[in-house]
Parts: sequence; C-alpha cells; structure tokens
Amino acid sequence: MMRRLLLGILSLALLAALSWAVLSLPAKPTGLTEASLAKLPESGVTNPVTAVLLNYRGYDTLLEVGVLLLAIVGVWSLRRGEWPANDLRDRPLLQSLLRVVLPLLMLAAGYLLWIGGFAPGGAFQGGALLGGALVLAMLGGRGRRVLNHERLLRAGLVLGALVFAAVCAVTMLLTGGLLQYPPGSGGTWIMAIESAALISIGLTLGLLYLGGRPTDTTPPSPPAHPTKHA
Amino acid sequence: MPDTDHRLYLLAGAALFVIGFYSLLVQAHLLRRIMALNVMGSGVFLVFIALAAQTPGPIPDPVPHAMVLTGIVVSVCATGLALALADRVLAATGRVELGDDEDAAASSDATPVASDARKEKPAA
Repeated sequence: MMRRLLLGILSLALLAALSWAVLSLPAKPTGLTEASLAKLPESGVTNPVTAVLLNYRGYDTLLEVGVLLLAIVGVWSLRRGEWPANDLRDRPLLQSLLRVVLPLLMLAAGYLLWIGGFAPGGAFQGGALLGGALVLAMLGGRGRRVLNHERLLRAGLVLGALVFAAVCAVTMLLTGGLLQYPPGSGGTWIMAIESAALISIGLTLGLLYLGGRPTDTTPPSPPAHPTKHA
Repeated sequence: MPDTDHRLYLLAGAALFVIGFYSLLVQAHLLRRIMALNVMGSGVFLVFIALAAQTPGPIPDPVPHAMVLTGIVVSVCATGLALALADRVLAATGRVELGDDEDAAASSDATPVASDARKEKPAA
C-alpha cells in the first residue's frame, strides 16, 4: 500500500515534468516539412511519408524489417502454435463471408501498397490488412489448409529483409551510398522493397497471432530439417 | 494548415505515458504489464503526431508520421514476442508474474499453482 502511494506520487511528479516538457516545446517548430517537400520530386514517390520511410530514412525501415523478423523468430523459438480447429461446416455463414472477404482483403492490401507511392498507404498499411486477412483465415479454420507449408512461410517471412538487403547492396555498388538510389529510378527501387516487405509484414503480423511455430499435422514431432540421404 | 492549438493532444500523450508507467510499476500480472507498455507507447505516438501537426507548412511534418508508422509495427511485434515470453514464464513457473521478491511470493494464490505446474511439466 505504502509502495503504491509512493509510486503514485512519483508518477504524478513524472506527469508534471512531462507536461512541462511538452508544453515548453516551441509552439511553431520548424520541423522537416519543407526539407522533405523540397526533395520530394527526386525521391521517386510523391507521398512524403513514403519518401521518408524508404528514401530519406530508409535505414530506419531496413532495421524495422529486421526487428519484425527477429520478433517472429523469437516467438517461433519460444512456443508452438496450433492452427485453430477447422469447424467451418458448422458455420456456413462464416464460410461464405470468408470466401468474399479474404480475396477483397488481399486486393485491398495490394491497392494500399500501390497507392502508397502518391497517397497515404504503403507496405505497412497493406501488411496490416494482409495480417488481418490471415488472422481471419485462421479463425475461420483455414490456417491448416492455406498456411501449413513451413518452408514457404519461412521464405515469405525473410523475403522483405532479403530484398531490402539486396537493394542496399546493389545501390551501394551503383552509387556508393547505402540506399542512395540512382537518380530518377527511386520509385522502382522503393516499389521493389515495398512489395517484398508487404508479404513479410503481413505474414509476420498474421503468424504472430498464432503465437508460435506452427505444429505439423502429420507426425507429432518431426525433425526440424528432414535430411535426405542422397 | 489552420492555426490550431495542439496542447491538449500533447498533454493527453504525456498523461497516457504516465498512466502506463504507473501500471507498469504497480501491476504484477505480466499481461497487465504488457498492456501498460502499449499504453505508454500510444502516449508517445500521440505526442509525435501532435508535434507533426504543429509544424508550419501545407502538410503535417512527414518525418514524425513515418516514425510513428514504424513505431506501431515495432510495438505490435514487441507485444507478440512479450506475450510468447509471458506464456513461457507461465509454463516454466506456473505463474504469470515475474519476480522472486517477497511481494510475488506473498501474493495470495500464486504459490500453490506454481508447485502444481512444476509437478505436471517436469521436462518443459
């Protein structure tokens, strides 16, 4: 009880300090709006947020894709996840709904990816939709059927990081700078990264819901890497 | 951009951060702590967005927007990993609380569950 009181007082003090801090910030900060808008024609995209994410500060996004990969690798090494049971025959309405909604969600994810070049949208928003679609598919009992290919899942999960790293290497060879795209072709590089990142982000978010490495259906405990003796 | 006042959002962000901070310190249950971290993160995002809206110019500052976008995805992933870790703590100790200090040991129903779970799962 005493401890809670002390922590409460400490938190109130922190609130006072933080309130003072945010209020003492300049009311009209200069920001980076003008700088980011000035270089926008050279960035290859016309949506300034996408330009920040994948051109000016592409390094951040590269690390973020790495963080996503680390998170799913961590979850997979900690737990095993079971596909939610397939009881679709009991729910004809849900089945019909999924049949319509899942393709629409995939389409919308692709649309968000494409529109991210010149309007709000991009790989993260599209990936969130894709992740939601995967969660919906799992809840509807389709996870085992649609997603039970662990090698494909692994490939999809690392695709974003691999393509991003490859683009880093190629742009370094071409221009000498990390993620410094050759003039005039920024849009193509950005779209290549984003397309791969979309798949990885969507898969990561969807599979995080499963909460672990998918359990195999056939044998109870198969070896992680089945060896083929040639 | 109209000349609007965003101090309310800045203060709300600071308040969210402190609410989460207090819960993080006071709550022992790991789920509550993970939620507290998320609330803290939301406060930070709110401050960032309010700051972006304050900058002069035709559009809000895109740099904080991009940072928040990155932050949201990282926070979702961190939450997923934290939940998996919390589940491992539950499997290993039978408790969803951390700590070997007397506070955790003294809490009412934690200890008997712990001994039961250890018997059930010898090779976890």
